[in-house]
Amino acid sequence: MMSMLERVGPVALPVILLVLWELACKAFDIPPFVLPSPTMIAAALYENAYIIWFHSSQTLLTTVIGFAVAVGFGAVLGVLVGSSRLAYTSLYPLLVGFNSVPKVAIVPILVVWFGIGTIPAVITAFMLSFFPIAVNVATGLATIETDLRDVLRSLGASQLDIVRKVGIPRSMPYLFASLKISITLAFVGSVISETLASNRGIGTLMTQASANFRIPLVFAGLVVIALMGVLMYMIFAFIERRMTGWATRGATFGIGG
Amino acid sequence: MKNLVELIDVSLSYGKTPAVSGLNMKVEEGSFAAVVGPSGCGKSSLMKLVTGLMPATTGAVLVDQHEISGPVSIVGMAFQNPNLLPWRTTLENVLLPLEVVRPERHQFRAKKQEFVDRAMDLLRIVGLESFASHYPWQLSGGMQQRVSLCRSLIHQPRLLMLDEPFGALDAFTREELWDVLQAIWLERQFTAILVTHDLREALYLADSVHVMSNRPGRVVRTVDTSAFSRPRGEQTFLDPAFNANVMDLRSDIRSQRMPIEIAPAKPAGKA
Repeated sequence: MMSMLERVGPVALPVILLVLWELACKAFDIPPFVLPSPTMIAAALYENAYIIWFHSSQTLLTTVIGFAVAVGFGAVLGVLVGSSRLAYTSLYPLLVGFNSVPKVAIVPILVVWFGIGTIPAVITAFMLSFFPIAVNVATGLATIETDLRDVLRSLGASQLDIVRKVGIPRSMPYLFASLKISITLAFVGSVISETLASNRGIGTLMTQASANFRIPLVFAGLVVIALMGVLMYMIFAFIERRMTGWATRGATFGIGG
Repeated sequence: MKNLVELIDVSLSYGKTPAVSGLNMKVEEGSFAAVVGPSGCGKSSLMKLVTGLMPATTGAVLVDQHEISGPVSIVGMAFQNPNLLPWRTTLENVLLPLEVVRPERHQFRAKKQEFVDRAMDLLRIVGLESFASHYPWQLSGGMQQRVSLCRSLIHQPRLLMLDEPFGALDAFTREELWDVLQAIWLERQFTAILVTHDLREALYLADSVHVMSNRPGRVVRTVDTSAFSRPRGEQTFLDPAFNANVMDLRSDIRSQRMPIEIAPAKPAGKA
């Protein structure tokens, strides 16, 4: 019985929430420009399918490009910081400082440099998503057991040997865990940038729609972003399970666990 | 017999705290030495000194009659934690040292079959040949420790360093592994240095047991146990001389320990 309930849970809970939302809108007679009901949002999604596709494909593109660069850059940076003391002590304060800067504040500067549109969105997505990747990969490398390090060093292994044979495979589960976090951050980045300075993208669509009081369309945009986020998350959860099954065996919960 | 390992008046300090000082020890080629002592006596420092992972602060460490200045690759190591790589199978774990040590690392592809045979040979001795393609999490603690032992021997080291390899195992598994280790040692004729807290383990396995003093550690007594015939087994435990030796060592170490001050309980009712 329990497993049955567990299986229905992921579908049942959102459905219940949607029904409650719908009923609340009807019961309290909430005006659509304050909070549209789910059916109105669905209608907005359907009626504006083409325009939503036009904007969301742009968002997906900038997010994926920014994210891909972040994965490459973050992984290399993580290996560097995790395997070299010098790199750790000199880079870490810089990284933490950079990460503390609100990325929204950088978008106007990017616009000055690159104009509005695709490039600022890609860069914002990248800036927001590389940090967790770098930190996680570095953690995986820096926490190699001392005894194991001694075993290899006594055999004449160089630091590079240890990183290659132990460090990188060991940091794989950390990398994949961070990818699931980073992909959602990348969406945040590109949507922020589109909201501030772009003429194409879900962020732009939502800004324009809210300016025209088409609140159901704004919510439709939110739904599309959420769906894209969940989809990408599930893709990486799936890849993670395939690549690092040795680290996640036995886990039966979470999306793709 | 010449000495494979010789420590002459060695001291090692971490910053200002001395871990060992005035340490003298000799281990004959092909013999089995054990090192016992109170906790914190610098046994792990001894491991690092002999393997060349840490340079001596003063004195000389001689391995194969040469003073060493860096890691010596004739050594194999095993620790209390088996430290197997979870993404590798048993066989791949055992082969790891050959991917790193010279000259084998450059022959790894060409001689793969020979190396695999060598690994399977070791796994057969420890009774794990049918687990070659299992992953570490599919093995029990004792099995993992046997794999770790195979890994420490795959590159045919002349010196095997063991740092409490059986410390985390239950009593039955531990005694089983003593015999496994003894069997490999009798067959392969390498030199072994075993660091342990277990006095029976030390006496059972070794030819000579070195007792270390409290920090900073040095060897205060060496017990020759070659009188007990090989291979040792159940009958060794029953030998009165064996048990007398255990009691002797126990009192040696007790006298070396820092006494733990046990404050008498305050009588109740009186303020």
